Amino acid sequence: MATATAPLATQLEELSSDEILRYSRHLILPEVALEGQQRLKASRVLLIGAGGLGSPLALYLTAAGVGTIGLVDFDVVDVTNLQRQIVHGSKDVGRPKLESARDRLKDMNPHVHVEGYETRLTSENALEIIRDYDIVIDGTDNFATRYLTNDACVILGKPNVYGSIYRFEGQSSVFATEDGPCYRCLYPEPPPPGLVPSCAEGGVLGVLPGLVGTIQATEGIKLLLGIGEPLIGRLLLIDALSMQFRTMRLRKNPNCPACGTHEIRELIDYDQFCGIGGDPLQDPHGIPEITPAELAAKQQRRDDFDLIDVREPHEWAIAKIPGARLVPLGTFTESLATFDSARDIVVTCKMGGRSAKAVRQLQAAGFKKVWNLAGGILRWSDDVDPSVPKY
Amino acid sequence: MAVTLFLPTVLAKLADGRAIESTGETVGAVVANVAARYPNLAPRLRDETGQPYPFVTFYLNDEDIRFNGGFEAPVSDGDELTVVPAIAGG
Repeated sequence: MATATAPLATQLEELSSDEILRYSRHLILPEVALEGQQRLKASRVLLIGAGGLGSPLALYLTAAGVGTIGLVDFDVVDVTNLQRQIVHGSKDVGRPKLESARDRLKDMNPHVHVEGYETRLTSENALEIIRDYDIVIDGTDNFATRYLTNDACVILGKPNVYGSIYRFEGQSSVFATEDGPCYRCLYPEPPPPGLVPSCAEGGVLGVLPGLVGTIQATEGIKLLLGIGEPLIGRLLLIDALSMQFRTMRLRKNPNCPACGTHEIRELIDYDQFCGIGGDPLQDPHGIPEITPAELAAKQQRRDDFDLIDVREPHEWAIAKIPGARLVPLGTFTESLATFDSARDIVVTCKMGGRSAKAVRQLQAAGFKKVWNLAGGILRWSDDVDPSVPKY
Repeated sequence: MAVTLFLPTVLAKLADGRAIESTGETVGAVVANVAARYPNLAPRLRDETGQPYPFVTFYLNDEDIRFNGGFEAPVSDGDELTVVPAIAGG
């Protein structure tokens, strides 16, 4: 187990009497004390993402008195975020997440300075943004940004407090410290696009980012103060269903191109690295599409065709398009024999991603007259029938 | 050797549950045994040639098998093999 490292926050900043009162429960902890609180005030923490993980992270780090919190996010608050993104409120729906989070954080602790970067983190801006911070906390929601964050942190020598979640499970670790492993030591390459569904497709327990984000916040504060045993060289696995926490040993890979051999001296094209847009087979634009309005017209004309919905039964129970037949993607291969290749087939799902896969499977099986419903049932609700609930 | 393979919830539905009993002399043999019994799970555990993916980490007890010979790593009776696929949600 890694032992405490030197505090990352090397400066001390004076506290006002208001702040001394506010942080009294920290000040009476010998491991934090006045000096530790002064370190926190002088420290700068960058949060990548102000969503599920970013919400508890930002709230607790702000409450704890981290002097400067940087937030990178370009998204807008959506009502489906509110089940877990607790830094935002109902009144914030439609607002940029940065504005919404800034208001909430300022209300929570006016002594904290919030710096916003309303942009996607890219290979062009990552080094510039990260350079001025003591540590980075990765709360993003996609592989490309995770590898980008990792490589930028390794290049700049900034610790990267990692957390990721899916459904009921989470992972956390501390990467890119001087002698510790990095994200590429754990996962040298990302899965191909589409293999691992996003939270929007697969769902996530609303409390889970709270569990994982608060672990990341704890690790961040420990690193800043130089106390305890950080999660360096350990991968924490969190399973909310069985409520089990397991710690696996994580070793630094001497052949790691980022932290081992240092082959990666500059940032690369992470979309390409993650296979986004590179493989025509994975490109949804190469698939025949039909819009919801065209599908509605087809139904009105009473055209002869089959509408296949490849979502899961629990999604089907929430909303469906009239006339559709449920064939979940997991059983699609076995059901191919039940489809009639002589008829037109339109395939749908929630957003159009899974149905695109099903269309590819049909094409590979020799079906010629197949179309993907663009935007899935969500766009059907927007464009054709608002009485179909969105989820 | 009798080994228990532990799956994350997301893969458990492709098998009978989260803990699967298997046998073999190496990690690769244990995984191949499970893959043969659960064809839908097989492509999530290893590639078409039977090799591990760079985005699915296997822990033999608490150690990453990559540092102990990968799928060639020998196993002992009662070992636990845990599958930890990459996830990216946040």
